[in-house]
Amino acid sequence: MDAVLALINQNVAPLFGAWWPEVSITLWTVIKVVLIVAPLMLCIAYLTLAERKILAWMHVRIGPNRVGPLGLLQPIADGVKLLLKEIIFPTRANKGLYILGPIMAIAPALAAWAVIPFSEEWVLANIDAGVLYLLAVSSLGVYGVIIAGWASNSKYSFLGAMRAAGQMVSYEVSMGMALITVLMVSGSLNLNTIVEAQRGATFFSWNWLPLLPMFIVYLVSGVAETCRAPFDVVEGESEIVAGHMVEYSGMSFALFFLAEYGNMWLIAAMTTTFFLGGWLSPVSFLPDSFLWFFLKASFIIFLFLWFRATFPRYRYDQIMRLGWKVFVPICLAWILVVGLWMLSPLNIWK
Amino acid sequence: MTMDFPTVLFYVFASILVLSALRVITARNPVHAVLFLVLSFFNAAGLWMLLHAEFLAIMLVMVYVGAVMVLFLFVVMMLDINIERLRQGFWSYLPVGAVIGLIMAGEMALILGGRYFGLEALPAPAVPAADYSNTKELGRLLFTDYVYPFELASVILLVALIAAVLLTLRQRKDNKAMNPSLQVRVKAADRWRIVKMDAVVEAPATPAADAQEGGKA
Repeated sequence: MDAVLALINQNVAPLFGAWWPEVSITLWTVIKVVLIVAPLMLCIAYLTLAERKILAWMHVRIGPNRVGPLGLLQPIADGVKLLLKEIIFPTRANKGLYILGPIMAIAPALAAWAVIPFSEEWVLANIDAGVLYLLAVSSLGVYGVIIAGWASNSKYSFLGAMRAAGQMVSYEVSMGMALITVLMVSGSLNLNTIVEAQRGATFFSWNWLPLLPMFIVYLVSGVAETCRAPFDVVEGESEIVAGHMVEYSGMSFALFFLAEYGNMWLIAAMTTTFFLGGWLSPVSFLPDSFLWFFLKASFIIFLFLWFRATFPRYRYDQIMRLGWKVFVPICLAWILVVGLWMLSPLNIWK
Repeated sequence: MTMDFPTVLFYVFASILVLSALRVITARNPVHAVLFLVLSFFNAAGLWMLLHAEFLAIMLVMVYVGAVMVLFLFVVMMLDINIERLRQGFWSYLPVGAVIGLIMAGEMALILGGRYFGLEALPAPAVPAADYSNTKELGRLLFTDYVYPFELASVILLVALIAAVLLTLRQRKDNKAMNPSLQVRVKAADRWRIVKMDAVVEAPATPAADAQEGGKA
């Protein structure tokens, strides 16, 4: 490895002259991005299989079992099928925006991973304003949905886009407010510091217990933010077919699908980081590692699937009521409670 | 090639910013105009990031791009705008518009030129130390030195919010909207009850009656 690096430094570096530091840092970053995105794509692909299998088991069915052993190659087959399908453009669609829609949906879902700390050292950008970056980037996902819904020139698509925009903007508010308490107790916007602040002897020191109401608000808002069941009126198969993606086919549809499952993983990773102690080990005699992060995120993902198999779909006005009239007041009250708690002698975060 | 990397980035951001801002006012389709406005916000955020003002940059993306422009786009998409009618009378309005534009440009030139914002008046700030946090510094200033204007601004915003709600609030007599908070309080017992009843056993029909009926048919 060192020999290769030396060779590159000798032969390639002079070509760029004074620009070499910038070029090399860009190359390194691209390599790291690939190292994050490639496993993420694999996780997304196998999440679709896990979803179908787990739902099937909960319904006492078998689930996909034809492609490969135990149906393990099913996501690959689905991917190949979607790649080979024709992308259909509706006649009166706005071509440019119709293509831009799915791209705008997937780009923020992938960009947000830049600041997620997978373990103590494994983080692409360990920036000070990590939480702000996450909030800003995840608030962009709604553009893909709106643009796609409008550009398709279809009533169903447009209705889906309207629902999505209202829902995602509303639940961002309660998610952001739930995070304020996390910031208060950790005193930092840096994700590594937030994880480090939760360190203790056991998993009772993680934020989920002292901030339990916020943990629940955050998790439920996360489900609503990703438009998963029981908050999936955006797609609402029985009313508006598939919402904003009804006109999409082939790979352009697949991008929406990837974005949705990528966002599920992202919410799981964020919940893990903020409330479940990130990469920290649950008991002090086991070492901290990336595996804990993965296990915790997978547990949250399992909750997503469990919710889907359990709850019937909310009505749209009930979704709005839950966000604005239940979660936001709870958050405001709990911010005050945590503030007073931190000022009182019972303060456990010092 | 004497420019350093941040300078190159500055020119990239600035040129895209100016071009997209130009497209905001020249785009024929209002939805395109709004999307170009989003693009220009992004590039302005990039410029702020170059100035080490990461809090302002991220807030610009979060508040304006993530929330305000989404609602803007929402409204523009709902409107049925006739572009031809909007363009009517363009030439008759042009002189007034041009005069106003020139006055604005002149005023900006007066302020931004040389004396107040030139390089002599405002030299480039020192590059902050590595552990400098723009967010922390802004937060400290907002809640110490500027706490009074800050709270005043938030109260004014709250008043505007309530006023906007009040202006659009109409309570019609024939409104059939449902109240979800009442609905979720409904218990199963309000809707149906289980009644204990003795089983009713129907006496089996006698063959004789059957035969009689058959005879009638």
